Amino acid sequence: MQFDNNNKGIFLSLDWMTIGLYLILIVWGWFSVCGACYDYGNPDLLSFNLNSGRQFVWILTSIVLASALLLIEKRFYYKASTPIYIMMMLILVITIFIAPDTKGSRSWIPIGPIKLQPAEFAKFAVALAIGKFMERYGFNMSNMREFLKLTIMIILPMLLIIAQKETGTALVYLALFLVLYREGMTGSILFAAMAFVVFFIVGIKFGGESMANMPVSVGEFWVLLLAFLCITFLVWRYGHDKKAAANIIVYGGTANLLAFLFSAYVIPFNICIVMLFVNIAAIIYIAVLYAYAHSYNYLLIILFASLATATYYGQDYVFHNVLRKHQRGRIEVLLGMDKDVTGKGYNVHQAKIAIGSGGFAGKGFLNGTQTKLKYVPEQDTDFIFCTVGEEEGFLGSAGVLLVYLVFILRLLILAERQPDTWGRVYGYSVVSIFLFHLTINVGMVLGIAPVIGIPLPFFSYGGSSLWGFTILLFVFLRMDAERNLKQM
Amino acid sequence: MKNYELERRQYVIGGLAVAVVIGYILRLAALQLLPNDYEQIAETNALYNRIIYPSRGSIYDRKGRLLVYNQPAYDVMVTMREVSDLDTTDLCHTLHISRQKFEERMAMIKDTKKNPGYSSYSQQLFMPQISAADFQVFQEKMFRFNGFSIRERTTRQYSYPYAAHVLGDVGEVSQNDINTDSYYRAGDYIGKLGVEQSYEKWLRGQKGVEVLLRDSRGKIQGKYHDGADDVKPQPGNDITLTLDIELQALGERLMQGKRGSIVAIEPRTGEVLCMVSAPSYNPQDLLGKQRGARIMQMINNPSRPMYNRAVSGTYPPGSTFKTSQALTFMQEGIIDPNNTFYPCNGGFHYKNQKLGCHAHPSPLSLKPAIATSCNGYFCWGLVNMFGNRSKYSSVQDAMTRWKDYMVSMGFGYKLGIDLPGEARGMIPNADYYDKHLGRWNALTVKSISIGQGEVTLTPLQIANLGATIANRGYYITPHVVKSIEGGAIADSLKRKHHTMVNSNYYNEVVSGMRMAVTSGTCKSAQNPWYEVCGKTGTAQNRGHDHSVFMGFAPRNNPQIAVAVYVENGGYGATFGVPIGALIMEQYIRGELSPASKAQAAAISNRNVN
Repeated sequence: MQFDNNNKGIFLSLDWMTIGLYLILIVWGWFSVCGACYDYGNPDLLSFNLNSGRQFVWILTSIVLASALLLIEKRFYYKASTPIYIMMMLILVITIFIAPDTKGSRSWIPIGPIKLQPAEFAKFAVALAIGKFMERYGFNMSNMREFLKLTIMIILPMLLIIAQKETGTALVYLALFLVLYREGMTGSILFAAMAFVVFFIVGIKFGGESMANMPVSVGEFWVLLLAFLCITFLVWRYGHDKKAAANIIVYGGTANLLAFLFSAYVIPFNICIVMLFVNIAAIIYIAVLYAYAHSYNYLLIILFASLATATYYGQDYVFHNVLRKHQRGRIEVLLGMDKDVTGKGYNVHQAKIAIGSGGFAGKGFLNGTQTKLKYVPEQDTDFIFCTVGEEEGFLGSAGVLLVYLVFILRLLILAERQPDTWGRVYGYSVVSIFLFHLTINVGMVLGIAPVIGIPLPFFSYGGSSLWGFTILLFVFLRMDAERNLKQM
Repeated sequence: MKNYELERRQYVIGGLAVAVVIGYILRLAALQLLPNDYEQIAETNALYNRIIYPSRGSIYDRKGRLLVYNQPAYDVMVTMREVSDLDTTDLCHTLHISRQKFEERMAMIKDTKKNPGYSSYSQQLFMPQISAADFQVFQEKMFRFNGFSIRERTTRQYSYPYAAHVLGDVGEVSQNDINTDSYYRAGDYIGKLGVEQSYEKWLRGQKGVEVLLRDSRGKIQGKYHDGADDVKPQPGNDITLTLDIELQALGERLMQGKRGSIVAIEPRTGEVLCMVSAPSYNPQDLLGKQRGARIMQMINNPSRPMYNRAVSGTYPPGSTFKTSQALTFMQEGIIDPNNTFYPCNGGFHYKNQKLGCHAHPSPLSLKPAIATSCNGYFCWGLVNMFGNRSKYSSVQDAMTRWKDYMVSMGFGYKLGIDLPGEARGMIPNADYYDKHLGRWNALTVKSISIGQGEVTLTPLQIANLGATIANRGYYITPHVVKSIEGGAIADSLKRKHHTMVNSNYYNEVVSGMRMAVTSGTCKSAQNPWYEVCGKTGTAQNRGHDHSVFMGFAPRNNPQIAVAVYVENGGYGATFGVPIGALIMEQYIRGELSPASKAQAAAISNRNVN
């Protein structure tokens, strides 16, 4: 080991900007936790009876942990990444069986006076493992077998965490597909995933609404129209056949337009029947193209087109039979379909009141009333951003978002400057995980993302998540510090 | 091994992060910077204004004796969330309630329709105003009744069982009270009846408020801004009544077993010295848990003990009214006090009309007419006035003139006393008779001259007539509040009202009233100490005549004017004169002579049904 020789150089080449941002975020986060759990009549914020006091200890231990991690060399992780991954998966499996039931979740393992959540530590293990997998000589993303193996490495911990009834934490692993995208996964997968989310939302939200003067479901109309446009785009972009794309848009578009005009001005009828036939015709047309060109892409386009067209007809089943009742409720609240502010919509409604009442400059430190008085549930964990919004107003909450943006963009730069694929993949994993947490957590508090219980890194109270994010970040910072050393 | 095609994808990911943050900042701006009512919603969410009730002003009598004061009362409260392992039997036994009542009460508290402010985390009223004795027992056992606690409040206490009608009482506000005055909230207390009602704004003080923070479960977490926004309560102002509680006590004792009223006024000031309405009740009886039941009982009682006859009862004044007629006729020049004689041979006879009178010498002049209470004299006077076409163009014209005199003496309209529920009584006018009788003349309406017929007065107006005569021509608006701590009574209560009659004519009437005491109908009011002037009345009432007396003393520099009205009491001399004489004696001499004491006891024991 070159442990001692390198330490001075490592210290100099550490990215102090990121460390500075990290410190800003954890200190800011601690003040927010103070605001959220401040107890009237117990002004001692460092008291162990309060989450603020406990979080203070978590922060101190995190800093110790971070310093220790900076001493461990990059090549240690390289060697250990596979054992770490396997060990983490085993711990996740064991957790399912030994964790006691905590509010319906079986993910917390009590160790002495504290409780740890292994799912929070698994992220860094998965990031290390996929990096090492892609580092292998001759790895090629477009090789279907390799891609499937990678997918399994990501899906496995997800399934184990879902088995612990922590669906929210499991969804974070989806962020790693952003890393795969950077490493060469076709963008069409992200495109298709996004398209299906849009179809699903449009279908659910507007499925029951009827268009003016026409016996046509608004949701069905838009899903079929979007599917038609997507098919055209994919044929143009990935089929590389501009003439075929033109044929689809001209003939199909004309048919749809005629149907629309006929329905609007002559006899109203359900034009979705025509649109459905147009999409099916387009699929048959692409099948014919495949017969001539034998392009693998055409098969994928056919698969997408069929699923997209079928989405609307299948989603009712998914929505009512696959999703659980509380998950369905969250989606209904998010889409504004359920306006019951005392029931399922209570959290989001109260969060909006808390943030909205903060105004421009906020009510001041420890002066927030909504968050402190428990109107907002989970105020010091998942809904911590409400406290920032209420006590620090627009200035503070926009400030947190901007610091986060700088932090993420800085990590992106660090990831790009890694000398090897492994380092870059790990770096992008860190970026993607932070971005996913920020997007979902803040989005949920602002009422524009579904209520998925995941923490806001460095802000939400919780030792496991703070340690988990600290490990994730500082392993990367050590790797980055070694970027100028000779390759291992 | 750089792949520049793929390297460009960093901008997609970076762009995604920028887009998310910009989108969220826009959303934050929409929530926090655009005008909205989130702030107000947040305040109503979290701020709880706890009302601090001020102590209500005390009430004293004219000699500074404390009549009404505050005493702590104990309400039993319950916090549902904290109720556990309750020994219901023990609790019911301690509070003297049935198990069924307990269940009913608990169900009612939890019913958010009937109790919209319900929260299982906050204190709810379980049972109001338990007795001090029950409180002692309950307090000892309270540690066993998890979730139950005591809230201290104050209630009214009364030093004397008298003057209920003047004092009034305090009860929970009605929806109507809340609608008319935004000061009140449901559950507040407000003065009902008497001075508690008419001086409510002085007595109540100003509520204070404590701004507290309340969490989402209704539990109080602490003071908002460390109490910077709190308002201290302002205690209510004490008031001193014009009543003399000893005089009031004597009056109430004398009226025992009778229905009617006594009103005594200090003529010089208009201060009401006593105001009795019988039957009455002990104000203390309306306190505590039994209040509702007692009030219902009294409302259903046919003799209406809650009705303040002194200001709300309207009665025919009978012969006491003749004094006002004498004054009017003299001022209008219809009669000359010494040279006008009217015949009365067992009554008034004219054409085929007859109005009976008792035996006395005839013909007679004004003073003996007052002293003997001659009906004929006053009927002739009215007939001559209403028939005088050289002075009045028509009987209507004369009637209007007559009515103006009556109104100037305080009849027909409210006097404006500082008590609720005052009635105006009835002085008919020409329009009234035109409408009801069609063709009419002095003969048709002559009975108004002797205080019968359509004329009605309140006992207060009769007493005020006495005060006006004592003052020789003016009265001060009668009132029951002498002074207010830190304030002053309304100017309208100090105003001097002159009648339309010159004071020299009043002296004639005073002489007549003095003659009534020395040698007329009021002989039993005669005493060796001071000169009493009086006038009896026997108001006809279908066989059960009312006994009336109006008088004042001493003749010169009068200290007290009094009116006594005993329903169905018979001749004025039977009850009216002795009661009036006793009231005057008590007030002027400060005590009753032994003979008077015996007489008072005898009157107390006489019931009139």
